[in-house]
Amino acid sequence: MSVKQVSVFVEDKPGKLNEMTQVLAENKINMRAVSVAIADGFGIIRLLVDDVYEASTVLKDAGYVNKLTPVVVAATSDAPGGLNQILNVLTEAKINIEYMYAISGERKTDKAYMVFRVNDHKAAEAALTKAGLTVLSGEEMSEI
Amino acid sequence: MEHYFQKDIECASREEIVRIQNEKLVEQVKHVWDHVPYYRKKMEEKGVTPEDIRSIDDLHKLPFLSKTDLRDAYPYGLMGVPKDECVRIHSTSGTTGKRVVAFYTQGDVDLWEDCCARAIMAAGGTKEDVVQVSYGYGLFTGGMGIHGGSHKVGCLTLPMSSGNTERQIMFLQDLGATILCCTPSYAAYLGETMKEMGLSPEEIPLKAGIFGAEAWSEEMRRDIEKTLGIKAYDIYGLTELSGPGVAFECSAQNGMHINEDHFIAEIIDPDTLEVLPEGSQGELVFTAIDKKGFPMLRYRTKDICKLTREKCSCGRTHVKMCKPMGRSDDMLIIRGVNVFPSQIETVLLNHGYQANYQIIVDRVNNTDTFDVHVEMTPEMFTDNVSEIRKRQADLVEGLKNMLGIKAKVTLVAPKSITRSEGKAVRVIDNRKI
Repeated sequence: MSVKQVSVFVEDKPGKLNEMTQVLAENKINMRAVSVAIADGFGIIRLLVDDVYEASTVLKDAGYVNKLTPVVVAATSDAPGGLNQILNVLTEAKINIEYMYAISGERKTDKAYMVFRVNDHKAAEAALTKAGLTVLSGEEMSEI
Repeated sequence: MEHYFQKDIECASREEIVRIQNEKLVEQVKHVWDHVPYYRKKMEEKGVTPEDIRSIDDLHKLPFLSKTDLRDAYPYGLMGVPKDECVRIHSTSGTTGKRVVAFYTQGDVDLWEDCCARAIMAAGGTKEDVVQVSYGYGLFTGGMGIHGGSHKVGCLTLPMSSGNTERQIMFLQDLGATILCCTPSYAAYLGETMKEMGLSPEEIPLKAGIFGAEAWSEEMRRDIEKTLGIKAYDIYGLTELSGPGVAFECSAQNGMHINEDHFIAEIIDPDTLEVLPEGSQGELVFTAIDKKGFPMLRYRTKDICKLTREKCSCGRTHVKMCKPMGRSDDMLIIRGVNVFPSQIETVLLNHGYQANYQIIVDRVNNTDTFDVHVEMTPEMFTDNVSEIRKRQADLVEGLKNMLGIKAKVTLVAPKSITRSEGKAVRVIDNRKI
């Protein structure tokens, strides 16, 4: 069920992010969402892309260390309280969130999408589904 | 079964070795006195004449030679025979300043190749073997020295030289080399490239490697042995003394036998210059007792190590030197503490990183800064920032435990540190002192 995210190691230096996006652009990889975490001298770029394995392979060939990480993508209504609703469910299920970021949804669908990296993605998905929220699969991801 | 190239001499009794050394030393000192005015002057200044040197017990009376002398006497000042008796020149890479040039008579080349042949056979080589020589050919002694040794053993010799890594691997596969000779950093690089190409060690027939010309740690040995599926043997040498093969490892893989019928080793205190008793750690000093083209007497190598005469399981009787702790040339003094790059390598490998690192030293506001750049690897990467930072902190702690000073560890992209196909540039010292 869970969606695979590509996590990429980059140095925290001017132009390094651009070098990586260049690789993706040249290989016609489309990004659905991107998030950047910066630590001491390095960063981890987290990507949701249309073709996970292609992206991972072209990045590896270009010399980037990267890993596939399962994440939970939950849909909620694009209205006040939307995120809160998801978090209520995760709190109730005692799920710990490591990080999260948003996907810019289309206005017309009236949906907003949040990406979560959690300690137990299966439990998180089960709890969200049980609460009547929509959890996206990899295939559904590529359709939004 | 242990193989020997010259068993009689390699396994000779101590008395026999001393007899050979006494005879050759007396003769060599006379030769140098007569033919090398530069050294004769040094002897005269010390009040020593050839008559004072009757046996190896008198060796300590002779003056030292150092890299400074080599530079002062550059290029022909230390040549021991007329130019027309020499057949070859080799030169150092000149990483620490002016190049050192050394001269060889045919006899010098022969004895050097004998030494290399001993090393190849000690690593299990016989005439059945295919030896891929991936040391650089040319002025560097690595390529041609091992090449000559390989011929003497009768191995099928592939003079690959360094570089063109994919072709190296193709030849390892297609021509079935069984022994690889190169620098340890290049061996590690070949292993890494093979892995990337999806080639497992079982797919190549390589059984042994003879690696030298730069410092490497036990951990790096284990790493190379695993990635290439071989036994990795150390070899030691200096251009000043001939090249690789001054000392070499045997099946015991714990120290290198010094070819004592050609070179006498001493350990001295680098500060007082006193000869230290056996088993002490200090600077290694060599006297070449039968090389004529470039006859070095009491040459200070700057290598810090120990000698041992403990009986070796391989049957060889020649004294063993431990892996040098580092060349005192390589040694950095950072915030007053002695740091050898090889120590850093050990810590990295123990923490799961590869030995791809660079040390950058600078001085800011009169304090030394000490940065270690380490390449990220797929094994050490995770999506979790705090986990990576924890590993980074563990590495800082490990370095502090090993060195006694704190380093700043920066994780850098894979392959961002320049790979050399000869020697690796491990240290960038930007201090202007």
